[in-house]
Amino acid sequence: MSIGITTYGVYIPRYRIRVEEIARVWGDDPIDIKKGLRVLEKSVPDRDEDTATIAVEAARSALQRSGLAGADIGAIYVGSESHPYAVKPTATIVAEAVRATPELMAADYEFACKAGTAALQTCLGLVAADYIKYGMAIGADTAQGAPADALEYTAAAGGAAYVVGKNHVIAEIEDTYSFTTDTFDFWRRQGEQYPKHGGRFTGEPGYFKHVLAGARGLLHKTHSKPEDFAVFHQPNGKFPRKVASTLGFSQQQVKQGLVVEKLGNAYSGSSLIGLASVLDVAEPGSRIFMTSFGSGAGSDSFTFRVTEEIGNIQSQAPTVAELLAAPIYLDYALYAKHKNKIVL
Amino acid sequence: MREVAIVGIGCTKFGEMWHRSFRDLFIEAGLMALEDAGMSGAQVEALYGGNMSSGIFIEQEHVGALIADYSGLISNSVPSTRVEAACASGGLALRSGIIAVASEYHDIVISAGIEKMTDVGPEKAMDALAAAADREWEAAVGATFPGLYAMMARAHMHEFGTTREQLAQVAVKNHYHGSMNPKAQFRNRITIDAVISSPLVADPLRLFDCSPITDGAAAVILVPAERAREFTDTPIYVKAAAQASDTISLHDRRSLTSIDATRIAADRAFKTARLQRSNIDVAEVHDCFTIAEIMAIEDLAFFEKGRGGPATLAGETAIGGKIPINTSGGLKACGHPVGATGIKQAVEIVEQLRGDAGKRQVEGAEVGLTHNVGGTGGTVVVHILAR
Amino acid sequence: MSAERAALSLCISWRGDSMTVPRFSRAIPNRYNLIGTKCENCNTYYFPPRPVCPPCRRKGVIREYQFEGSGKVVTHTTIYSAPEGFSKMTPYVLAIVELDEGPRLTAQIVCDPSEVKIGMRVKSVFRKLGEDGPDGVIYYGTKFIPA
Repeated sequence: MSIGITTYGVYIPRYRIRVEEIARVWGDDPIDIKKGLRVLEKSVPDRDEDTATIAVEAARSALQRSGLAGADIGAIYVGSESHPYAVKPTATIVAEAVRATPELMAADYEFACKAGTAALQTCLGLVAADYIKYGMAIGADTAQGAPADALEYTAAAGGAAYVVGKNHVIAEIEDTYSFTTDTFDFWRRQGEQYPKHGGRFTGEPGYFKHVLAGARGLLHKTHSKPEDFAVFHQPNGKFPRKVASTLGFSQQQVKQGLVVEKLGNAYSGSSLIGLASVLDVAEPGSRIFMTSFGSGAGSDSFTFRVTEEIGNIQSQAPTVAELLAAPIYLDYALYAKHKNKIVL
Repeated sequence: MREVAIVGIGCTKFGEMWHRSFRDLFIEAGLMALEDAGMSGAQVEALYGGNMSSGIFIEQEHVGALIADYSGLISNSVPSTRVEAACASGGLALRSGIIAVASEYHDIVISAGIEKMTDVGPEKAMDALAAAADREWEAAVGATFPGLYAMMARAHMHEFGTTREQLAQVAVKNHYHGSMNPKAQFRNRITIDAVISSPLVADPLRLFDCSPITDGAAAVILVPAERAREFTDTPIYVKAAAQASDTISLHDRRSLTSIDATRIAADRAFKTARLQRSNIDVAEVHDCFTIAEIMAIEDLAFFEKGRGGPATLAGETAIGGKIPINTSGGLKACGHPVGATGIKQAVEIVEQLRGDAGKRQVEGAEVGLTHNVGGTGGTVVVHILAR
Repeated sequence: MSAERAALSLCISWRGDSMTVPRFSRAIPNRYNLIGTKCENCNTYYFPPRPVCPPCRRKGVIREYQFEGSGKVVTHTTIYSAPEGFSKMTPYVLAIVELDEGPRLTAQIVCDPSEVKIGMRVKSVFRKLGEDGPDGVIYYGTKFIPA
């Protein structure tokens, strides 16, 4: 019996800020930034949105897409680095908002940008062992970049929800592999508003080491070669393209899953939104290879095979392309107000 | 049941009374009323005090006892009751006092109204006023009191073509009346332009469409009609004291452009009084916002539904017009100390019917009406008074 | 309290209407999921929920009902001046929305003030209504967006 994704949902806030606008305020050269990061703009949450509201909208979208009821969900795990509460799970707010309460397992996850894929692995295990029929994994964030820091150009907002089950599988999860070390590339202390990072240390010892090791590990384990689609965690437009080519994926194969140019880095939502972008268009029989990355550090890799059932649900809820269309642009002052950066 | 008369009236100046406390205000109004009636406090048998929100404004409840205590009426252990119906607290206190006398339970009753609003900041005051609406399903989702009336204004403009200028004229007229009222909070005259260019509060309502935050108190003394001449040569008789209720929230109302409780209370009042709308010479209506006066004069059936705006702009509700409305300056210019308003309205009508309204006098006024609304129309109290 | 914490507690966040925890918790199913009631005796839908059907009173048969979340604007305003709690959210659009099943409710519409019109179709979304300060409970609920 196959096991895999039965439905998915994405939510991206409507507001954006352009690289030019951030550069204008801090005196940077926007052309340099755009060339270096390969990002044009990033999403910004509305003043009444946070990780919980984004997670709820993504979860509702997933259920709407498939017709699955909240009461069918046996577990909800929400991965984020911007949970609204340090203590009080986002997962229970989602559970209540999709009417999955009270008979379910729930918890929040944190592992920087890979908390959502860690949640996916947990759901996979619970469903495979028949503890639950359907499990929901969500990766969502309203990322904070410190003003004038390089991360401010890319720290974005968005989320995606995935339901794992054995029935009506639209993309089988063939296998998964994780690569984890204790690495200090990027962190945020309890009580601090903005994260700190190791500058260039976040590159090789961080992202590249773990994504490449993780991806190679799974390709080896499954005796696979690059094909069809690849999705990588997208802190900017350069890193995922580089790992893709290092691993032997073509730029064409990585293109559909690259959402960072118009979205920015949605942190825990990043690779999961990239995956959704692929699922929105994938044909039955395609294979999808995904490796997420979370600072601290680790990567989760998955191979998926799209099934015949995918056509039934692709258009039943907003696609990533639809969510990226019709943005509302903000200037820096409004952006700062939206992100609660203004301190009196 | 016996007829009731008003034999004494008192009203403080309305405004921001930084140096006067809640206690100072009701004592002043009460003493004025007793003086006016030539009555001793010892003769008072019961007290009804209208007050919406002492708990929020001055963190004090149990104000029935407080008023009796500080008025010196506790020497006779006078039964004292605080009455609350949001902005209709005063009107309700009046009706409660009338029922006590009419039912022969008491002979001499004071109905008073008092609100001390300026001890808290404007944001807290607005929060207190929002309690007149549905806290759970209107205030909690971001509705403000002006916001609710603004939604009625928008619906009224959409359905009847009521214009921005017609709304503004309500404020202009009431300021004109208020300029002739020494007790009014605002005595300045304003123009339509001034109203239309004042800051937006809740679109389409602007600052000058809204009644202010005010401190003030008023009191009237009620006795059985057959005893009225013991106290005054100009008794004013209560011909009707009617009340009606409706849903607390605006979204549950039958209509967004009409306050049904006004219509029903008015029908009840005119039936009891055996009078017609055309008998009314002067009226004090509840203009918490300019749109409220427009709806009031329609729902009271002084004008057809939808014609309130044009009638106001044409001057039909000014002194000298077909039916002078809010000669005191209304809530807008006289001020709106919430619990006191319903009583102040009665004081103004009594002064008109006695011929004591000075520059505001409506010539030959013999019958008057007061109209007091709680919240966006959950409670309405209508009284008809006559010489 | 450190200077940073003090500064953080002053930063622009908005409180919404200050509700107590029990009061807010009881209404979570209604606020999050538009769960109201229906009187099966006279087929009237109620949101906000009513335990008593006014026309039927004791003859009423009250059942829970989850509203679909679609409706239209019947009147609206833009709030420019708001009480403590909502004051930093202004201007925001407030409307009375008539749900397709019949009842009307008061709600914020997430849109530009110039966008909202009487008759406009809307659908429900999950948003923050407010919070009890930066260290207090966050109140989530339902608002509407143009459909």
